[in-house]
Amino acid sequence: MNLPADLRCEADRIAEVARSYGLDFFDTFFEVVSYDELNEVASYGGFPVRYPHWRFGMEYEKLSKGYAYGLSKIYELVINNNPCYAYLMDTNSMVDQKLVMAHVYGHADFFKNSVFFAGTNRKMVDQMANHGTRIRRYIERHGLDRVESFLDAVLSIENLIDPQAAFQERHPAAAEERDAEEPIPEVRKMPSKEYMDSFVNPQDFLDEQRRKLIEEQERRRRFPERPERDVLWFLMEYGPLERWQRDVLGMIREEACYFLPQAQTKIMNEGWASYWHSRIMTERVLAPDELIDYADHCSAVFSMRPGSFNPYKIGLELWRDIERRWNRGQFGKEWEECDSYEEKVHWDRKTGLGQKKIFEVRRLYNDVTFIDTFLTADFCNENQLFVYRYNERTRRNEITDREFDKIKAQLLFSLTNMGQPIIRVEDGNCQNRGELLLLHDHQGADLDTGYARGTLQNIQKIWGRPVSVQTILSGKPKLLAHDGQLFKEQDL
Amino acid sequence: MVLRIDRDHNRFKDIVKGRIKQDFRKYLTREELIGRQGEHLISIPIPQIDIPHFRHGLNQGGGVGQGSGNEGDPADGDQGQGAGNAGDQPGEHLLEVEVTLEELAEILGEELELPNIQPRGTRNLPDTKERYTGIRATGPESLRHFKRTFRRALKRQISSGTYDARNPVIIPVKEDKLYRSWKPAEQTRANAAVFYMMDVSGSMGDEQKEIVRIESFWIDTWLRHQYRDVEFRYVVHDAAAREVDRDTFFHLRESGGTKISSAYALLTKILDDEYPAEDWNIYAFHFSDGDNWGSGDTEVCLKLLEERILPAINLFCYGQVESPYGSGQFLKDLASHFKESENLVLSDIPNKEKIYDSIKEFLGKGR
Repeated sequence: MNLPADLRCEADRIAEVARSYGLDFFDTFFEVVSYDELNEVASYGGFPVRYPHWRFGMEYEKLSKGYAYGLSKIYELVINNNPCYAYLMDTNSMVDQKLVMAHVYGHADFFKNSVFFAGTNRKMVDQMANHGTRIRRYIERHGLDRVESFLDAVLSIENLIDPQAAFQERHPAAAEERDAEEPIPEVRKMPSKEYMDSFVNPQDFLDEQRRKLIEEQERRRRFPERPERDVLWFLMEYGPLERWQRDVLGMIREEACYFLPQAQTKIMNEGWASYWHSRIMTERVLAPDELIDYADHCSAVFSMRPGSFNPYKIGLELWRDIERRWNRGQFGKEWEECDSYEEKVHWDRKTGLGQKKIFEVRRLYNDVTFIDTFLTADFCNENQLFVYRYNERTRRNEITDREFDKIKAQLLFSLTNMGQPIIRVEDGNCQNRGELLLLHDHQGADLDTGYARGTLQNIQKIWGRPVSVQTILSGKPKLLAHDGQLFKEQDL
Repeated sequence: MVLRIDRDHNRFKDIVKGRIKQDFRKYLTREELIGRQGEHLISIPIPQIDIPHFRHGLNQGGGVGQGSGNEGDPADGDQGQGAGNAGDQPGEHLLEVEVTLEELAEILGEELELPNIQPRGTRNLPDTKERYTGIRATGPESLRHFKRTFRRALKRQISSGTYDARNPVIIPVKEDKLYRSWKPAEQTRANAAVFYMMDVSGSMGDEQKEIVRIESFWIDTWLRHQYRDVEFRYVVHDAAAREVDRDTFFHLRESGGTKISSAYALLTKILDDEYPAEDWNIYAFHFSDGDNWGSGDTEVCLKLLEERILPAINLFCYGQVESPYGSGQFLKDLASHFKESENLVLSDIPNKEKIYDSIKEFLGKGR
């Protein structure tokens, strides 16, 4: 590694401090890079070697313009891999570098220990490079335009994977099982004497059972049998694709699955890293003359612009809240049932379980369960959280509520499926014409029709036959369809 | 250092250029582009390019924010990054892309299918010169680049640990050797002079002048692309003509009658004095609403054009913008007098939408 001696010395020291607190991480390598190298790596989502695609170029354009105009600057960049890789910008001051290192060890610990990352490929740096090589080879063989336009189409649905994908093993139904002769459904009767038969096995019960069996068989005839959440997988398995196309789909799906847990644990992960960098820095590492700079940078990271939601700040405060509550025993039946404000304020059972609890939480929770379990009314009050909604009349977002239940519901809503619409494959042989029917699980927010149109067109490119999505727009059920030439919007 | 991202970055820029080309007609009639022109670059706002995803519509579902305020107060600032719509809300933003004027001219040429201009006269033949500007890994020994070669060898020796500072002997191997390489540089020695003449009489309104401004912007872009050096001269006229600078030309507002011959006479004089026909490629563009003062003056104009101006220049373009006051007679007079003229182009520009066709007419001759 190209780490200068002074930085390496600090990195080792901070790693030791972090370990002494109980953090547990893979070996972590820091690399010092210039701002444009950092922008480059960030454009590739953290991986210096990836397949070529223009959207990385677009990302780079945005990042480098943002940096040039002084609007944005990347502080830290760390990759979930074994060993972990992290980047330090060469123009940062020593106190920044130390802060970033402490922060990175927090992330590294989270990557290694959270169950949601358990299924991720820890050799992803190598895997990404392999993907790059393969796609470059396909470009050489099939031409840039073909591969690129296929990639454009696939990237359009990279968010349509099953969040549980990492924990499932997939095998397409075995062929012989699929082709086996289906027995005609027969309802089993209870044994009985003939004269008792009409009482033991009443006719309407038998009819009911037969109907259920037939329904079951009907369902099995459907394709897919159950609505399929993993649209990418479905297309890969059943789409009329060439081999290289199937391979590209598989690679994009693999990368999407790899990035998924990071989106699922954004608040927790950033909060966790922030919690640890602030403890490591203020308790052990910070030199007295660095205090002002440290405070200045922290205040920028944890700033709350009015009306915005800062996952670093909320995450950090939630972690601290959990630690405090479990240290003082503010949990369990007795605490929940206590009505006295006075008593609650001074509640301290000296349980001292805070540290143990936060390590347990970081292992077992994701953002949704984290918020669901640990967000409290007091916390919302203290941090001045509110719900806002867009007001058509005034054309701006307006505060609508400060009630705890509403805030929690809204937060959970926006975290569910990472704030993305839930789409399932309903029918892969719609109207017996090989058309693809998707179903949007409408949970209160409409689809963006402009984007839906482009997305349907891209899925159509992969599937080859007309594609449609059933959804609800402004309260009315609608079918959006694209047949490759025309986009249609129908009432249902 | 060459970054790996450069390839993707360039690909992105190509896509952006494609996008500009696609909507070129739209950009062609936009005046605000003119204000965005720098010395070599022009910044063009284009709709954000994005890969479509299924996503919730903007302002759907609301979000959670932080801060003080009562119900009904605006939830200031951004719309809740992280929560709600996650702050990634493309589609509504415009992307500012920078394109060099050279590239813009190329797009213009391709879109309008403009032929490259054939400069006149034997003196103006383009000449090709080899210029040694590049470096490559192969070549004849006589072209070896000593400094680069030894620098590379030094680097290799240092990194492989065979360099000894006390005995600094550097021996380049085959892989170290770099050679100068050349590029044929096309140099047209042809120079061009462009004359813009505009009627600034009372009947020419702001809208008409805007059309002239937009047309001249694209004509400038194209001619600058075609010639190495272009000189621009500006003449305004009502009943009398005078030469002005560029800024005045586009913003001057006069009143009074129209004597087109005054401008042509001034043009003739400038040509005689400063631009000998055999040394220069000369272009003249005249914009008017075509409401000349009396047929007697039109006679003088036709005579000047036929005898003095047309023989001396590459191209004379007359663009007639429509104004509520103009009769538009001048265009008809020209058309009937010069039925088949090689280097006279007439164009009727009733509104901004016609600018596209008009530019095509003007520059489509390739002269």
